[in-house]
Amino acid sequence: MNIFLQQIVNGLVQGSVYALVALGYTMVYGILGLINFAHGEVVMVGAMLSLSALGVLLGWDISPLMALPISITIAMAGCMALGYGIERVAYRPLRHAPRLAPLITAIGISILLQNLAMMIWGRGYHPFPVLFPNTTHTFGGAIISDVQIAIVVLALLIMAGLMTVVHHTRLGRSMRAVAENQHTAQLMGVDINRVISITFMLGSALAAIAGLMVSANYGLAHYYMGFMLGLKAFTAAVLGGIGNLRGAMLGGLLLGLIESLGAGYIGGLTGGFLSSNYQDVFAFFVLIAVLVFRPSGLLGERLAERA
Amino acid sequence: MSLRTIPALLLIASALTLAGCDKTTNNDANTAGELIVRIGSAAPLTGNQAHIGKDNESGTRMAIDDANAKGIIIGGRKVHFELISEDDQADPKTATIVAQKLVDDKVSGVIGHLNSGTTIPASKIYNDNGIVQISPSATAINYTAQGFNTAFRVMANDAQQGRVLGEYAAKNLGAKKIAVIDDRTAYGQGLADEFIKAAQAAGAQIVAHEYTNDKAVDFTAVLTEVKGKQPDLLFYGGMDPQAGPMARQIKTLALNVKFMTGDGGYTPEFIRLAGDAAEGSYATLPGVPLNKMPGGKEFETRFVAKYQPIQLYAPYCYDAVNVMIAAMQKADSVEPAKYLPELAKISLDGVTSRIQFDTKGDLLGGAVTMYQVQQGKWQALETLGVAH
Repeated sequence: MNIFLQQIVNGLVQGSVYALVALGYTMVYGILGLINFAHGEVVMVGAMLSLSALGVLLGWDISPLMALPISITIAMAGCMALGYGIERVAYRPLRHAPRLAPLITAIGISILLQNLAMMIWGRGYHPFPVLFPNTTHTFGGAIISDVQIAIVVLALLIMAGLMTVVHHTRLGRSMRAVAENQHTAQLMGVDINRVISITFMLGSALAAIAGLMVSANYGLAHYYMGFMLGLKAFTAAVLGGIGNLRGAMLGGLLLGLIESLGAGYIGGLTGGFLSSNYQDVFAFFVLIAVLVFRPSGLLGERLAERA
Repeated sequence: MSLRTIPALLLIASALTLAGCDKTTNNDANTAGELIVRIGSAAPLTGNQAHIGKDNESGTRMAIDDANAKGIIIGGRKVHFELISEDDQADPKTATIVAQKLVDDKVSGVIGHLNSGTTIPASKIYNDNGIVQISPSATAINYTAQGFNTAFRVMANDAQQGRVLGEYAAKNLGAKKIAVIDDRTAYGQGLADEFIKAAQAAGAQIVAHEYTNDKAVDFTAVLTEVKGKQPDLLFYGGMDPQAGPMARQIKTLALNVKFMTGDGGYTPEFIRLAGDAAEGSYATLPGVPLNKMPGGKEFETRFVAKYQPIQLYAPYCYDAVNVMIAAMQKADSVEPAKYLPELAKISLDGVTSRIQFDTKGDLLGGAVTMYQVQQGKWQALETLGVAH
C-alpha cells in the first residue's frame, strides 16, 4: 500500500471541506472586512438540520436517493435563513461601529448557537445513517470511498459555480462593487443591504453542504463540531489570503494536505520526538507563520478578486 | 480590520469562548430540624463527553434521592442530602476551579471527577481542605498514589485494567503485532502504558504507538501510518467520542485489525457512533457485569425508567454515594474528618461489586470484565482479574 498517496487522498478530502467553509469566511470578509466567527456554528447547524431531516425522511420510508437531496435542501434553506438572521441581528446594527463590536457579537452568536444546539439536539453524538453501501476503491494503493469521492467532486463543482456567479453575473458584479467601496456602490444604485444579505446566505448555504459532508465522512455530528472546524477554515482563509476567493480554495486544500502529511510524517522525521498528536498544531502553526511572514496570505488580498 | 490585529482578536475570542458559564447555587436556609448535607458532583456536562458526565450526575442524583426517601438520621437529626452539580468540562484547569467552588460551598464530600486528568489536579484541593473525594471512574494510578487520605475510587485502576487488556490481547486473541493509539490524557496515556507493559510481557510486539487528542474526530492520517506497520490488533486508550469514529475509519481504510479499548469505550454510544464497524470490538469494564450483581438488575430498571439507558459510570456513582452515606451513618457524623476513618474500612455490597478500599484508597480486588460487541450489543465474555 502506498502510504504517501493515501495521506494525499486523506488531505484532499479534508481540504475540500476546509475550502468550502473558508469560502464563507472570505466572502464576508471581502465585503464587510469582518470575520464572522459564528460561521463554524452555521456549519454545525447545517449538519444537525440535515441529519434531523434525514432521520424524519427515512422514517417515512422515502428512499435514500430521494431523502439525501431533500435534506440537503432543507439544511441549506435553514442555514440561509440563519445566515440572514445573524447578519440582520448581530452585524447590521453595528456596521458603522468600531471593528471590535461586531467581532464580540460574532462570538456571542457563536456561543448562543452552540448552546441552542445543545438544548435542541442534546449533548450526545448523532451518528450519520448509512444511506448507501459505502464501497471503497483502490487507486495505486490508496483507498478512497464513494463518500470521499463525492465530497471532493461536489466541493470542486460548487467552487466553480461560485466563481461563475461572482465573475459572470449581475449579482457578482454588485458583490464586487460593494467589496471595493460600499458608498460608491450605493451611489451607483446597488442595494448594499441586499447584496450583503445575499452574501451571508450564500456563505451559509456552502456551510450547510460542508456540514453534511463532514458528518457523512466521519459518520457523526455534534453540537460542538463547528468550533474547531471554524478555526481551521479561518486559518485556511488566512493562508490563502483572506478576502480572496481563489485563496480560500487554495488555502483549504493546502491546509488539508499539510495536516495530513504532517501528521503522517512528523514522527519519522523527528525520530519520534514529535508525533501525530500534533496534527491540530500544524494548522495553527501555519496561521502564525502566515501572519508573521506574509500577512496578506499566499495569493494576497487583491481587491479586484474580492467578493 | 488590519490583518495584524487578527492574532490579538483571536486570543480574545478564544478566551471568551473558553470562559464557561458559572452557575450560582442558591444557599437555601436550613429547614427547621433538618440537617442539610451537601454532596458535590463534578463531571463534564458540556463538551464532547457531556453524555457520560450527565450519566454520572444522574447516577449520583438517584442515590441521593434514594437516601432522602429513606429518611436517614445522623447525629439525632433527620438528614436532607442536597446535590451540588458542577461542570468541569473534562478540562484540568476548569476542574480545579470547580473543586475550589465545591469547597467554598462547604460540601461534605465529592463524587468525581469523571476523567483522570481532572480528578488528579482537583484531588489536591479536596485534600488541602480535608474533603472526602470518591471518583466513580478515574483509573489513573497516580490519583491514589499521591498519598492523599481523602482520595478514593470505586473502580479498578489502570494497572489492573491494563494488565487484563494486554494479556487478553496477546494470549486469548493471539495478537503478535499490536498498534497502540492514545489520547494523551492522564487516563488514555496511563491505560495505554499499562496495556503495553502487559502485552509485551505476554510476548506481543508493539509495532506503533501513536497519539491523538480528546477532541479529535479525524484519525485517517494516524490510521494510515499505523496501517503501514501491518498490526493485527489496535488498542485505543481514550473515550468513546474518539473510539467510535476511529472504529468506523478503521473499516473505511480497510485496516484489518481487531479493535480493543478500555472502559472509556464501553458505552452504547460507541456502538451508535461506530455503526456496523463496532461489531467484534473488545472493551473492558472494571467490576462484574451488572446483571450478575445483587441489586444490579433492579438498579438498571429503575435508572432507565427515571433517566435514560446507562451510558457508563452511573452505577459506580450510585455506589460511591452509597458508601459515602454508609460511612457517615457509621460515624454518626457528616464531618469529613469524622467519617473518613469509617469510609477507609467500609465494606458494602454495591451494584457494581463489593466496595472495600485498600490503604491507598483503591478498590480492593478489582475484577475486570471483558466485553465484545456481538449483534450490535456489548456482551460479557468473561470476568478476569481478582474477583472477591
